[in-house]
Amino acid sequence: MEFFRNPNIDFLGKKWYFIAFSLIFSVAGLLSMIFWHGIPYGVDFRGGTLVYVKFAQTPDDNAIRAAMDRAGIRGARIQRYGQAGSNEVLIDVSEKETNEQALDRSKTAIIDALETNAPAGKQDLNNTSVLSLKNYLLQKDPLHLGSDAEQRYGAQAQAIVDYRDKTKGGVLTSFDELKAAADPAVVAILSDQFFISNFGVRNVEIVGPQVGAQLRRQALLATAYSLAGMLIYLAVRFEWIYGVAAVVTVFHDTLITVGAFSLTNKEISLTVIAAILTLIGYSNNDTIVVFDRIRENLKLMRRDNLGEIVNRAINQTLSRTILTAGLTFLTVLALFLFGGEVLHGFSFALVIGILIGTYSSIAIAAPILVAYQDWQSKRGKTVVTLPAGKETVRRERAKAKA
Amino acid sequence: MNKNLGWKVIVIIATLLVFVFGIIGIPDNWSGKGLVAAMQNRIHLGLDLKGGTHLILQVQVNDAVKVDSDNAIERLKADLRSHKVNYTDISKPDPVNHPETIVLKGVPPEASTDLRNIVQDRLPEYSVTSGAENTWTVAMKAQAMADLKNRAVQQAIETIRNRIDQLGVSEPIIEEHGLGQYQILVQLPGVDDPARVKDIMQSTAMLEIRQSMGGPYPSEEAALQQSGGVLPPDTMLMQGKSIGTQAAGGDNGPVWYLISRASAVTGRDLRSAEPSRDENGQPSVGFTLTNEGGRRFGAFTGSHVGDNLAVVLDNKVQEVAVIKEQIHDTGVINGRFTDQEAKDLAMVLRSGALPAGIKYLEERTVGPSLGSDSIRAGVTAAIIGMMAVLIFMLVYYHAAGVNADIALILNLIILLGFLGFSGATLTLPGIAGVILTVGMGVDSNVLIFERIREELRNGKTPPSAVEQGFGHAWITIVDTHVTTIVSAVILFIFGTGPVKGFAVTLSFGLFANLFTAVFVSRVIFDWVLGRKQRGEALSIG
Repeated sequence: MEFFRNPNIDFLGKKWYFIAFSLIFSVAGLLSMIFWHGIPYGVDFRGGTLVYVKFAQTPDDNAIRAAMDRAGIRGARIQRYGQAGSNEVLIDVSEKETNEQALDRSKTAIIDALETNAPAGKQDLNNTSVLSLKNYLLQKDPLHLGSDAEQRYGAQAQAIVDYRDKTKGGVLTSFDELKAAADPAVVAILSDQFFISNFGVRNVEIVGPQVGAQLRRQALLATAYSLAGMLIYLAVRFEWIYGVAAVVTVFHDTLITVGAFSLTNKEISLTVIAAILTLIGYSNNDTIVVFDRIRENLKLMRRDNLGEIVNRAINQTLSRTILTAGLTFLTVLALFLFGGEVLHGFSFALVIGILIGTYSSIAIAAPILVAYQDWQSKRGKTVVTLPAGKETVRRERAKAKA
Repeated sequence: MNKNLGWKVIVIIATLLVFVFGIIGIPDNWSGKGLVAAMQNRIHLGLDLKGGTHLILQVQVNDAVKVDSDNAIERLKADLRSHKVNYTDISKPDPVNHPETIVLKGVPPEASTDLRNIVQDRLPEYSVTSGAENTWTVAMKAQAMADLKNRAVQQAIETIRNRIDQLGVSEPIIEEHGLGQYQILVQLPGVDDPARVKDIMQSTAMLEIRQSMGGPYPSEEAALQQSGGVLPPDTMLMQGKSIGTQAAGGDNGPVWYLISRASAVTGRDLRSAEPSRDENGQPSVGFTLTNEGGRRFGAFTGSHVGDNLAVVLDNKVQEVAVIKEQIHDTGVINGRFTDQEAKDLAMVLRSGALPAGIKYLEERTVGPSLGSDSIRAGVTAAIIGMMAVLIFMLVYYHAAGVNADIALILNLIILLGFLGFSGATLTLPGIAGVILTVGMGVDSNVLIFERIREELRNGKTPPSAVEQGFGHAWITIVDTHVTTIVSAVILFIFGTGPVKGFAVTLSFGLFANLFTAVFVSRVIFDWVLGRKQRGEALSIG
């Protein structure tokens, strides 16, 4: 099977289409970043409190909002997430309500606000920990245990919490179902101290303003260092203009990917930054494959002009470029579709980035080389052929010696 | 088969065995469940997969500087007195931002040499400079201050580790968080309700026993009035719980005591502390002092029979009691505790005091139900993605596809084996890294195969096409791997937790890929070519 047999497409001749395409997407992203959604920072970067809650029944957004208002939690964003029917809600309180003097204040307030029907003095079994459960059992001693009480009640508490979290997906609905997991005598005394609410907290993220600022700076630095690393490596292995072309290309990819997050108003979290850095590496891969072929062709096709050489290189590697992109895209798509809610932003960045990264190595990187040379010859420089890089020079020298 | 090839096959099989050992070790039993258990034993899961609490906290290092310079002021006062150097005022002009700076006013010019000598001899970590109008600035030297702050962070890490260990949290991570200033990263697997652990970590637990000179007073003003508007020398006012009214019942709000500045013994003199019951059967904390501490306590109580002593915890009076007789090395702290509070207090006292307060900057909790959902989703995505790639390679490259698939599977085994050997943690983004390695790893095979096809089209014989294909693709493969590894290394340096896990699997995967896609794949081709007749076609789709 073969998709491309000796393709011969004039990619450079279509440069105006490419420029138009790239401009439309970059400018749309930029406009959205400036005038519309801005850069939608996730909680990692802006600071704030996120509480992920799973309800036993379909949650009523209005009731949740009313509960938040009653508790005096201002400006909470309430959003469904996860698959339909999973009854999961994300409650997001902005950084203004999160301060480092009492970091978990918003979290406690949110949970308290949701405990609408809590009987006085009782704890919520859906949101209790193994530790509190064990302490309570130790104190009550329903099984009249001796020296191994600590261990035995610890195991019972763990079994109850495991049953809640692993078998019931985090939310219990009645005390009776616990009989499957723990001793009936233990279950019998639970209701003295505990009640069962209609929700469980699955995940909490609280980021103070100081860490938010710290992470923003680190993300920027990491991206900048990554780009600088590429530039230096390519300048050493090829010529500096190759490095510049690759970095411009990758910058273009990053801009469009971040733009896509802004346009769709998806939050940029730490893992999204990890995905973007991976894309920088990936897009660069594609670019290098084309550059390597250009370098090789420069030796073989000395009489042709650069445009033809570059076109030829893109065509020769086209089959590989499309195949690899397609296969990587397949895996990333699997991640996007099946990888779960936590990885949603991460895999979204990869899905967009792989498409753009593949496109840009054909449509942006190689044409920059040609444009650079055209510009050089217009300035009347005598250098007509693009330097092929140190690799060739070294080989030529070796040949000359032989 | 030629001899060289035989050796290469042995190398490959040996590598395979080593890394399979890396993944599962030697399992107790070879059933499906046994293997999964063995794998979980070898490969550490990150907090985001097994559930737990992640905290970043900051040591308020200025507290430690403040304590040090407070002591310096006391020492300076005493020495100035003994050298008969006069001054009108000694204070810290900016105690919040610059607790290291002490300003002395009104020192007569003739005493300047004395002052310089005192600071040089008695406070070697401080420098002294003169200013206008007989004002002198005594400030901690920059190096000494930096050392002090770092020491405070290290000591805080030690103390927190002691406390966490006593709570029985398994495999906690407590380390300096290099990305911020004076920050500590704490990861507590399995702790999904961090409130109590946080309280225990945060409690400074600075225990002191001092002399109580008077009180309780209902307010500071009342206390001042009692002593005629001026506090007696070397005493201070301190807030406390209204313990004395316990018999009468009810809490009457905070009260003030007149307390000596010097302490008889401190938490550092404790040998042990245990929860116990006082004579009324109320929960309390009993403590034992070290030999040295016991000697000092004995001397103090012996010379103060009939006086009051105050148990001070974190600069608050916890309890005031009459010294009935000389006490040597044991004591009891009362304070209307619950059982749990008494237990926790005993524990934090045993673990030692924090050198400075701490502040929480970040808190993330992953419930175990989310963790197991994440594992399920990640593994599903990995299997589907992997199957898609494997099947595609077979369809597109025929027999050569088998070659690529073997290389890919081996790549995966080496990657997981690496994780097992290195003790690196597998996080959810780490699983994504594994998936991405499959997608990007196959790139090397595609590069080589496409090149071989091209060479075959140009009329080369299969052996020389394979030779050329590997030769040309090799340079490209090295270039692409290096740049991706550069990205991954930068991620590793800048990332934390889950992101670091991603950088780890991505770089391990790429290194493994160099071996499998280039070396292993080549060996398989050579083996296939060796079995073919001269001129027979190569199956590469």
